[in-house]
Amino acid sequence: MSNSNTLNSDPFISQESKVNSAQECILSVKNLSFSHGKSPVVRSVTLDFYSGRHYVLAGPNGAGKSTLLDLLSHLKDPAKGKISIFGKDSSTYSPLELAKVLALAPQNFQFNFTFTVREIVSLGRRPYLGRWGRLSPEDEAVVERCIEILNLKKLAGRLVTGLSGGEAQRVVLARTLAQATPIVLLDEPTASLDVAQALDLMARVQVLTKEDKILVITVTHDLHLAAVYADEMVFLKNGRLVAAGPLAKTLTPPLLREVFDADSEVHPDPFTGGLNISFRHPTMPLKD
Amino acid sequence: MDTQEVALTRREAQSSMVRRLNPWICSVFLLIGILVVMFISLSFGYMPFEFEEILDILSYKVFGHETSYPESRIMVLWDVRLPRLLTSLASGAALGLSGAIFQGILLNPLADPYTLGVSSGAAFGASVVLVLAIIFPSLSFLSSPLMPAAGAFVASVLTLILVMLLAADDEGRLPPPNLILAGVIMSAILSAAISFIKYLAGEQVSSIIFWLLGSFQARTWTEAGIVFFFFLPALLIALPAAMDLNIMTLGLRSAETLGVNTGRVRLKLLVAASIAASASVAVAGIIGFVGLIVPHLVRLLTGPDHRSLLPLSTLGGALLLSAADTVVRVFLPGEIPVGVLTALIAGPAFLVIFRSKMKDLIHV
Repeated sequence: MSNSNTLNSDPFISQESKVNSAQECILSVKNLSFSHGKSPVVRSVTLDFYSGRHYVLAGPNGAGKSTLLDLLSHLKDPAKGKISIFGKDSSTYSPLELAKVLALAPQNFQFNFTFTVREIVSLGRRPYLGRWGRLSPEDEAVVERCIEILNLKKLAGRLVTGLSGGEAQRVVLARTLAQATPIVLLDEPTASLDVAQALDLMARVQVLTKEDKILVITVTHDLHLAAVYADEMVFLKNGRLVAAGPLAKTLTPPLLREVFDADSEVHPDPFTGGLNISFRHPTMPLKD
Repeated sequence: MDTQEVALTRREAQSSMVRRLNPWICSVFLLIGILVVMFISLSFGYMPFEFEEILDILSYKVFGHETSYPESRIMVLWDVRLPRLLTSLASGAALGLSGAIFQGILLNPLADPYTLGVSSGAAFGASVVLVLAIIFPSLSFLSSPLMPAAGAFVASVLTLILVMLLAADDEGRLPPPNLILAGVIMSAILSAAISFIKYLAGEQVSSIIFWLLGSFQARTWTEAGIVFFFFLPALLIALPAAMDLNIMTLGLRSAETLGVNTGRVRLKLLVAASIAASASVAVAGIIGFVGLIVPHLVRLLTGPDHRSLLPLSTLGGALLLSAADTVVRVFLPGEIPVGVLTALIAGPAFLVIFRSKMKDLIHV
């Protein structure tokens, strides 16, 4: 399948995304639209996602990023258009089938009851369990691995109600990974984290993407972090797809200007191996 | 040790408190407790019974074996004491189960069976029937003891339907905060209506007040049957949904993407819990705190997993309420209403738990 991140009229959309032939397109959306009442939130978005890559979905507030995640995870039904997962129309998946291929780590979560960290992570195995939720040894092994990946071993026996924001975020991610899905959606995973925690989380996500060949789609406002960890950028504005493609091709000053109305400079950053962005408001006077 | 290390050690020490009892062992203890309360309740009272006599009369009634005990004693045990005991067991079980379900669905450990206005609805329904009986003495069917129960049941179910209609959002979902708010609003309106009815009842207001206090006095096989009839299906609906309820405590988006149809599970559980609570309120009046405190205690002992929380809260509710009713009937003078006793004891007990445990256990 050719890379279809192409809207011919749009100069920003990369025509030649270098997609490794070993990676397959496992998720694709076509002419996807959604409206809140009469106001359109997502307008005719067409996009392919490949396994083993980390996509960062960016755009100003109200661009339709979270709504797009909701549409992908069937929390909302599209007004128009189609979502295919492994070549099959996603509306033909039952909720349980979908839960085995796609997992979502939501932005707003709250632990209301005194479960332990391990218990919460185990809940991620639910799609594979019977009515009474008994874990098999294989399920236990997956849970332990997710706990390990997110460095939660020391916390595994603790109550989730007593965790810090960063720890809780890692628990939510571990629970999401315990679903063992080829597609993982992360909604603002670093919003409540400090610098070290955010870097740590994104590094772990990167390892997973490469080692397990899973497809990760992250919605974030943190472009600095995206510039280091994303493989592909997807820019939305007013519900429209503005650009999509590999990081180096899409994270450019003209595009950032178009999407965020902010002046910027983007440099290769030898310190991180990624890119470095500096922003400046158009009206900001320069200091000397 | 720097401050961070100290903080870490302190938290590790706290976390070692996560010790939980085995739910199976807990349930065995609760069952033994219930059997002990049953025996005490049947044997003590104005007319005492020996253990052999109880067994003899029960086997005479159940299996048709011969008995040498006089008909009057058989009647006291079988037609007075046993149905009252069974009504209190079933009501307690219904309240415990329904409290655990409501706390789970509403994501709020402070919810109880009455949060959505079930009790106010029931009280309103019963008050209407009682005041009509006072105003129209010629309508003799209204003064049947089962009429307030029927009125209470119908009104509480109607209240729940109204609360759900009020709480539903544009997509037909029932978000917990909406449900709680709608329940509070309905309760406030119904309380005002009840005050008005009390005013209408004039000097005969005591019949309404006494009904509202909650009691098992003079409950018969009919009342016991009513509670069991509504409570058992609720239990059978709720238990298989326990795992889904665990998932739903993660929040709507997590639960839906884990394959749980949250709308259907929530509706199913709301109906089950409300019908169980309504049946209890209809035959026994309003008995507070059982549905709040029992799931709390169970959670402290065996953890928040609803697969053990629901059955253990059911047993715990049965034990607590049957014990409380035995205490007011046998050991306290003058039979104060059991609803008063549970509120008087469980209220302060809850406060103690709240002060000592809740700050660690709950993020508000």
